[in-house]
Amino acid sequence: MIGGGIAGMESSAHLAAMDYEVTLLEKDSRLGGKLLKWERLFPTMRLGSEVLAFLNQGVEKHVAVHCNTEITEIHRKAAAFHIHTATGRTYEADAVLVTTGYDLFDARKKEEYGYGIYENVITSAELEAMFAEGKPLHTADGRIPKRMGFIHCVGSRDEKVGNVYCSKVCCVTAVKQAIEVKEKHPETDIYCFYMDLRMYGMHFEAMYKQAQEKYGINFIRGRLSEACENIDHSVLLKAEDTLSGRPLKMSVDLLVLMVGFIPSEGTKAVGKMLGLEFGVNRFFKTCDQHTLTNVSNVPGVFFAGACTAPKTITNSITDARAAAATIATYLEGKAISARTIENQK
Amino acid sequence: MPDFGFKLQKDRQIDFDANDRSATRAIIETEPTFRLCIACGTCTACCSAGNFTDFSLRRMITGLKRGNYEGVRAMADQCMLCGKCQMLCPRGVSTRKLVLAIRKHIR
Ligand SMILES: Cc1cc2nc3c(=O)[nH]c(=O)nc-3n(C[C@H](O)[C@H](O)[C@H](O)COP(=O)(O)OP(=O)(O)OC[C@H]3O[C@@H](n4cnc5c(N)ncnc54)[C@H](O)[C@@H]3O)c2cc1C
Ligand code: SF4
Ligand code: SF4
Ligand code: SF4
Repeated sequence: MIGGGIAGMESSAHLAAMDYEVTLLEKDSRLGGKLLKWERLFPTMRLGSEVLAFLNQGVEKHVAVHCNTEITEIHRKAAAFHIHTATGRTYEADAVLVTTGYDLFDARKKEEYGYGIYENVITSAELEAMFAEGKPLHTADGRIPKRMGFIHCVGSRDEKVGNVYCSKVCCVTAVKQAIEVKEKHPETDIYCFYMDLRMYGMHFEAMYKQAQEKYGINFIRGRLSEACENIDHSVLLKAEDTLSGRPLKMSVDLLVLMVGFIPSEGTKAVGKMLGLEFGVNRFFKTCDQHTLTNVSNVPGVFFAGACTAPKTITNSITDARAAAATIATYLEGKAISARTIENQK
Repeated sequence: MPDFGFKLQKDRQIDFDANDRSATRAIIETEPTFRLCIACGTCTACCSAGNFTDFSLRRMITGLKRGNYEGVRAMADQCMLCGKCQMLCPRGVSTRKLVLAIRKHIR
């Protein structure tokens, strides 16, 4: 297993429970991936650490975990994969599961939004870090913001940055984070600027309604065209209020950019080493979008989690279990693992 | 003033920082379901008044949220309080009470 995030942990746990010998290689010092960064999760507001503890029950004592492991080369010798690491170790495997996840879009690339230029423009991940620290939310000069803006689709659904896909989690994350801000600071006014609100999950719409009804969070349909800094370091937003059919300008004390998913550096590197195919959006290409969702173009190499597409935690966990079943049938040489579909897409 | 053949255009931008939204806050207090509108337009499409005039409850709500009160009172007066839109609104906005709240707080 390459990558010890949610997907790597849950696949490992299931394969280990089926008595396979599982080795989990993680480049960081801890397992958990992005889950380590998110304090509370949509749509339940459960602590991320609780999900991590759950996943750990299946991994601890059952799976050989090797953290701080950087993979340098992978070779195929007969039926086995030989995985070499920077520390000079070599691991042998009959099958490889790639769970290298995603990285966050670098908001500096969207220069007109001022990230890295204006001090009161932050990303959703930085807001999570503020929540995790448990300190009061603050602007660069330490004030509680009176008005905040959340900008949806930063680095997603945008041909100008080369990412045409929707990142799937950021609409509901904006709503979740806005609610968290309101719980801590009810006097802060919040405005979310969106193109479409994608509240597709079972409980997401209810969260959206709660955001309006209970917390008075405001939504403006219009994409931010540019942000500039006012003399007092607040941020001036310019967007069209498309529902009024008029341009709108508004100052906010703190601006949060909902950054999207991009394929991780690890995904790119491991893909190259194994000769894996990438899709149009640069994530791994699965053999078929409907059916062979964990299967790669290289026999014996499989995928799970956000390395193939933006996914929620629920999606990643489900996908990980599916990958475990797919690998087990492959290792057992079961007939169903040889199934194909006409016109693979 | 001599006519130079040009004139100054009025700024069309919604200046959120300058707009006074106190009447909107009062409306929300009187009718809290105001907040629930998702601007779907169902009310406008089903409204008999809206089918013959440019009256639109959806547009009125959106304008109020931004603090645009121009023409709102005249518009609110066009509603016949028939309640048709209330039966159709997917978000449970109490539209008739809302129109009454608008009439109360906007002169
Ligand atoms: C701001 C934000 C908030 C979110 N909040 C929620 C939420 O509240 N609820 C929810 O359901 N989802 C949420 N998500 C989505 C969630 O983060 C993902 O679903 C989840 O992290 C995907 O898990 P993963 O294991 O596939 O990938 P990752 O979490 O990215 O894990 C990949 C792991 O692989 C490792 N790795 C990468 N390359 C290598 C390599 N070459 N060698 C070894 N190891 C490697 C990485 O270090 C990492 O540990 C949020 C996303 C964002 C951006
Ligand atoms: S989930 Fe929402 S914010 Fe994220 S890319 Fe999709 S539409 Fe944009
Ligand atoms: S039907 Fe309800 S939610 Fe839709 S625009 Fe009218 S008031 Fe708003
Ligand atoms: S209550 Fe008013 S806005 Fe609603 S349908 Fe009747 S006339 Fe139109």
